[in-house]
Amino acid sequence: MKRDYLLFLLFATVVLVAPAAFKGGYLLNVLVFMGINTMLAVALNLLLGFAGQISLGHASFFGLGAYLSGILSTTYGFNPWLTMVIAAVAVGILAFGLGFPILKLKGHYLAMATLGFGIIVYIVFNETVALTGGPSGLSGIPNLKMGSLTFDGDLKNYYLIWCFALVTMLLAINLAHSRIGRALRAIHDSEVASRVMGVNARLLKVQVFALSAIISAVAGSLYAHTMSFISPASFGFNFSVELVTMVIIGGLGSIFGSFLGAALLTILPELLRVVQDYDIVVYGLLLIVMTMYMPKGLAGGIASLARRLRPAKKGVVDAQG
Amino acid sequence: MDLLQQLTQYAFSGLSTGAIYALIGLGFAIIYNATGIINFAQGEFVMLGGVLTHFFLIVLKLPAGVAMGGAVIATTVIGALFERLTIRPLKRPTPLSLVIITIGGSIFIRGVAMLVWGKDTQSLPPFSGEEPITLAGATVMPQHLWIFGITLLVIAANKFFFYYTIRGKAMRACSFNRTAASLVGIDVRKMVLLSFVISSAMGAMAGIIIAPLTMTAYDVGVMLGLKGFCAAIIGGMSSGFGTVLGGLLLGLLESLGAGLISSGYKDAIAFIILLLILFIRPQGLFSKAQTERV
Amino acid sequence: MLRVEGITQIFGGLTALEDISFTVAKGLITGVIGPNGAGKTTLFNIITGLYTQTSGKVFLEGEDISGAPPERLAPRGLVRTFQNIEMFHQMTVLENVLVGLHTRSQSGIFSCALKLPWHLAEERRMREEALRWLEFCGISDLAEVEAGALPFGKCRSVEVARAMAVNPRILLMDEPAAGLNSRETADLEVLIRKIRDTGVTVVLVEHDMELVMDICDAIVVLNLGKKLAEGTPRQIQENPAVIKAYLGEG
Ligand SMILES: Nc1ncnc2c1ncn2[C@@H]1O[C@H](COP(=O)(O)OP(=O)(O)O)[C@@H](O)[C@H]1O
Ligand SMILES: [Mg+2]
Repeated sequence: MKRDYLLFLLFATVVLVAPAAFKGGYLLNVLVFMGINTMLAVALNLLLGFAGQISLGHASFFGLGAYLSGILSTTYGFNPWLTMVIAAVAVGILAFGLGFPILKLKGHYLAMATLGFGIIVYIVFNETVALTGGPSGLSGIPNLKMGSLTFDGDLKNYYLIWCFALVTMLLAINLAHSRIGRALRAIHDSEVASRVMGVNARLLKVQVFALSAIISAVAGSLYAHTMSFISPASFGFNFSVELVTMVIIGGLGSIFGSFLGAALLTILPELLRVVQDYDIVVYGLLLIVMTMYMPKGLAGGIASLARRLRPAKKGVVDAQG
Repeated sequence: MDLLQQLTQYAFSGLSTGAIYALIGLGFAIIYNATGIINFAQGEFVMLGGVLTHFFLIVLKLPAGVAMGGAVIATTVIGALFERLTIRPLKRPTPLSLVIITIGGSIFIRGVAMLVWGKDTQSLPPFSGEEPITLAGATVMPQHLWIFGITLLVIAANKFFFYYTIRGKAMRACSFNRTAASLVGIDVRKMVLLSFVISSAMGAMAGIIIAPLTMTAYDVGVMLGLKGFCAAIIGGMSSGFGTVLGGLLLGLLESLGAGLISSGYKDAIAFIILLLILFIRPQGLFSKAQTERV
Repeated sequence: MLRVEGITQIFGGLTALEDISFTVAKGLITGVIGPNGAGKTTLFNIITGLYTQTSGKVFLEGEDISGAPPERLAPRGLVRTFQNIEMFHQMTVLENVLVGLHTRSQSGIFSCALKLPWHLAEERRMREEALRWLEFCGISDLAEVEAGALPFGKCRSVEVARAMAVNPRILLMDEPAAGLNSRETADLEVLIRKIRDTGVTVVLVEHDMELVMDICDAIVVLNLGKKLAEGTPRQIQENPAVIKAYLGEG
């Protein structure tokens, strides 16, 4: 537990000084995406890694956040900070309402239902042309402002996004070591036993689903206001699968793992740019191989490697971060 | 054209697409019943059927029969390999890991298909000309009739296999109770493999017979697979009549919805139905609920 | 304390329980015995709200609790353990017991995520109490071990500690001695008595007849879904119908 917070402190420091090492431009831009993906992966991890409930439609909450915030600020001229809040609240309410029927389902059925929801939302993004601009997207979305400071450059965006990402990580770490975090993990291991212990599994699953959706919506809003342009293609089924991939590769239930997964999946397409199109094959292989041979993900792999390298102290059993 | 004629038209095209959904849905149900797995890669078998036929027929210029047969066989081999290489070695399969693995498999197969055959949409010639036939006041493409005919044949063969052959009966036993089946000497792992073989063959056939109508490409499997899953859900995951009805119903509603309401939302219809069924009657339209074991 | 009335459970075509009625007296240990498949676990599942019975009612201290879900029964003091141990295997033993304290703590999802001060105080209090229950069950030394890594016998103890943390008034135990060696069974017997002595009513499903006859104050016998007999251990041992069911057809 203490180790998690120390690690977080170290991590936050690295994140805050990292830009000094880059000249800015391209790499910084990749790191902005990495921050958004980290937020999304941590959000999904709360649901998938903690509560053990899969969602194959999380890109839709990301998209709803982006579109709500984008449309309200661009078409209707609201302040972007306000639209971010509105988007978060609206998506939260939607997810809460949707959560009750959808989280009654388990395993494969839950996967399919969330997938179905995601596709419906994606179709709506494409078809409501008057509102969203349809397949050709919505452009001219205003940047966020703070007094006289406008978040329009790569460096400013970097700090903006990573502040949000770090706060998200910290909240998730807090949650992990709390009454609610334990109840969620209990549901994951044995829903029946958790209910017998008095955990209202149904309600808690819905709450964490909503929380996860809210964080995703905030990430969506940030994405819209930093990119200034959004189109449905960013919020489809493929991206939902990418998010699940980040969480699995990073390690279920590990917050730093989610960062690793997000980092890998942000960098991979950049590395594979030369051999474009190979990335989808690599994702597929990664998913299969990781699930088969490294079910605890990169975080789990690193932890067990560290344990092997360090001469074992007797009687100490590491709690996984 | 008057309304009645138009409706008949929609009904015909809806039922023929529905027949395809039924075939794909049966593939889902067969694997699910034998193994408890929802195979997210099912749609890719459908894609492979179409794309491989195109490759054999148009690129390699093989005769039609050989091309189609070859496509079914190749897809079946891929399905069997998929089970052997990814599902069977799994030490502690959980619903979550199975979802992830089959999704991974589907992405991988789709990716490889894209690398090998490119991103272009390809068309296949219909089996017997494009001369429309007039039937009950509506014009029908001969391909529609092919679809009905072949679907019926496959379903009949399926029924025969499950009810009148030893292997089929053994597979049904597995679907009732895997432990008990293995106790009476049924090789459950062989049955799992067999279920993948049958499902991938059926998927490939579905992909072949629909390709002349809708064209084919590396990414058609996603939607077709999901719709087939809807059909199976409506039918309560039965590997028989329920899923066939589910597929036909879905095809019909889609076609009517697209024709009468809006074609842009056509794909949404299936998923709205999917959500409604899962929320209200997760056991399917035609069966009764069971108490889940604790 | 606990009363079931005319419980019938039908699964598809199979009648697992038929018109079962009996009463569990407060502060005592009541045994429920019967051959495999008699319907004992099903009965527990119904009482604890995991199954919804086809017909019949369940009363807890006179109050009708039929159909109430388990999460509503735990705060009212009705808790159980499982035949096929249901550990939270990816959590430590201490965390397992902390989940038992769930209903007796309040912090919601937001105060947990924000780490508000009262949440921290509550967390400290919970830890202390959880450790006390580990001690009660004699497994203090295992607090930081991951539950999934425990030997079978210890899992049973963790389940009991976890259940006791809920602060039950009545504890249903489904075959707690199954898979234990004779030493562990002896320890279990002591533990069950200790639980009874804290004022908790115990209902015990068990195959180990020696244990049952030793510690139960009253016994209900089920066979093929029907109630065969009810009485003191002595009466049960002499009941011809019971003897026939256990020896006759076996
Ligand atoms: N959810 C269920 N669906 C169908 N049958 C069940 C279910 N739960 C239990 N049964 C059946 O009910 C009968 C009683 O089982 P159970 O209560 O587990 O017996 P016991 O605990 O006395 O050994 C068995 O025949 C079992 O197969
Ligand atoms: Mg039992």
